[in-house]
Amino acid sequence: MAETNWFYDFPKMDKAQLTAIKKHLDTAYRDFSRNYGEAIENFFEPLLNLMVWFENLLLATPWWLMIIILCGLSYLASRSYKLSVGVFAALLSIGYLSMWDDTMRTLSIITICTLIAIALGIPIGIIMARSNLARSIITPLLDIMQTMPAFVYLIPVVMLLGIGKIPGLIAVVIYAIPPVIRFTNLGIRLVDKEVLEAATAFGANKSQRLWGVQVPLALPTIMAGINQTIMMALAMVVIASMIGVKGLGQPVLKSITNQYFTLGLFNGLAIVALAIIFDRVSSAYAKRSQKQYQEQNDE
Amino acid sequence: MMNDSNIAMTQPIVEIKSLYKVFGKNPKSVLKAVKQGISKQALLEQTGHTIGLFDINLTINRGEVFVIMGLSGSGKSTLIRHFNRMIDPTVGEIIIDGQNIIQLKQSQLEAFRRHKIAMVFQNFGLMPHLNILDNVAYGLKINGVNKTERYDHAKRWINIVGLEGYDLQFPMQLSGGQKQRVGLARALAVDTDILLMDEPFSALDPLIRREMQAQLIELQSNLHKTIIFITHDLDEALKMGDRIAILKDGKIIQLDTPEEILKNPADDYVADFVRDVKF
Ligand SMILES: Nc1ncnc2c1ncn2[C@@H]1O[C@H](COP(=O)(O)OP(=O)(O)OP(=O)(O)O)[C@@H](O)[C@H]1O
Ligand SMILES: [Mg+2]
Repeated sequence: MAETNWFYDFPKMDKAQLTAIKKHLDTAYRDFSRNYGEAIENFFEPLLNLMVWFENLLLATPWWLMIIILCGLSYLASRSYKLSVGVFAALLSIGYLSMWDDTMRTLSIITICTLIAIALGIPIGIIMARSNLARSIITPLLDIMQTMPAFVYLIPVVMLLGIGKIPGLIAVVIYAIPPVIRFTNLGIRLVDKEVLEAATAFGANKSQRLWGVQVPLALPTIMAGINQTIMMALAMVVIASMIGVKGLGQPVLKSITNQYFTLGLFNGLAIVALAIIFDRVSSAYAKRSQKQYQEQNDE
Repeated sequence: MMNDSNIAMTQPIVEIKSLYKVFGKNPKSVLKAVKQGISKQALLEQTGHTIGLFDINLTINRGEVFVIMGLSGSGKSTLIRHFNRMIDPTVGEIIIDGQNIIQLKQSQLEAFRRHKIAMVFQNFGLMPHLNILDNVAYGLKINGVNKTERYDHAKRWINIVGLEGYDLQFPMQLSGGQKQRVGLARALAVDTDILLMDEPFSALDPLIRREMQAQLIELQSNLHKTIIFITHDLDEALKMGDRIAILKDGKIIQLDTPEEILKNPADDYVADFVRDVKF
């Protein structure tokens, strides 16, 4: 009976038609990647070289020197001995449990991804803060980027660029960039209206307002966004290892397929240790840089 | 009164002619109704537009302290923000030093604000991320004055307003009165002819307020700036003003010397203001 059919079953598109559409889109995309894949690869070549160079640099640096550098950096950023001692202990355990090389690889890709996310995210956030039109376009895009399962956008990236460092980097950056953008926008929009008005009244132009008032006052918020971006990038590293990103993600992947619980746990803990180091160091830095004019406020 | 010698008081520096400001989506479209005298309430209900200012005409003389007074919502902040075009009028002319500033392009407007007119804000508007020295030097920095020169100059003003030794403190570490001294020093440091003050002392407690008023009067006796001063406090208006404009619902209902306003209030609204003045 025709009536009950649509009543109980959703009126579907013809199966053959649907397949044709899917096939058509897939073919179109495949043709696109066949035609432009190489050009795009060439475009990313300098970035790839940078990544290889940086990873090799971290791997070639003797472990003890690396530990000194990392502890030194975290001390410089946070001015806290406690934190530096924690970093020291974490790195020693990582090395002792023979995860040093993978940790360095992960450190390398996370550093580069974070820098790229900041370099792209802050300008995008600024544009978004300045124009409501830009905001209404970018916000839904960010929502999609954050909710779309990461595996789905791995597919076109891999189709286009194959397996390797660059597609991994793109996937990580796409996944991790939304917080910097959102927090930059938010931070700038929350700047005290009267302070901005004062700048305008004294004749500051647009860029003097942006760099002299809005960005400095938004900085604590932007730092919070960067912090979240780093955390998300670390979380993405395991998934990115599926498309050939080397580092702590790969042993985790291996332990899932082979049911090696301890291997997975150790590497997982190493990722956690990196995350904690990044988190504490970056938030201590953010806090310290704001301290001079906020300490009175906190009381 | 602040200026007893009325010798140079007749040279106009600011003129406002038939200025209207309507807030809303399409102010020009309702302007005709506004000019025909539709009430604020009716306009808002019928079109969603708010009358901010209605047919403002005034002339301010060089060296004068011109007070704008009115209750909350009467349009004081809206009016004062027209003098440096932080708000653009719906129609009308604003002539400062012979120049209609409505016609200035963005870059000319910025130059005008840098050199001609400075402002002090009700809630101070200090930069929380800059120390007192950099706050006071802010206008000079925007003006492109080099570092040593602007710090020298800023330090001088910090001393004049009585904040010596606070150079490297941050605004958060100061009391309200001290913050407004910084606001005042910042505005004076750029050395403009005109000073806009939007309820500069309203956020301060009475004792500090009186101190600041006295300080401003003393400074003005040397500086002879043109000061446009907003207050909702009649005592303050009488104390500071050479002339007082009383605003109500965006209209100037009386513009006179303090004596005249006390003697001949234009209507009940003004009379109400004047009633409990202590002579
Ligand atoms: N951006 C705006 N959009 C719409 N209406 C506005 C806007 N700015 C001010 N108004 C309206 O204009 C009128 C005058 O506001 P204004 O801030 O100038 O008052 P005021 O006299 O400074 O009051 P207060 O003593 O509270 O500071 C008010 O009715 C207000 O609602
Ligand atoms: Mg006001």
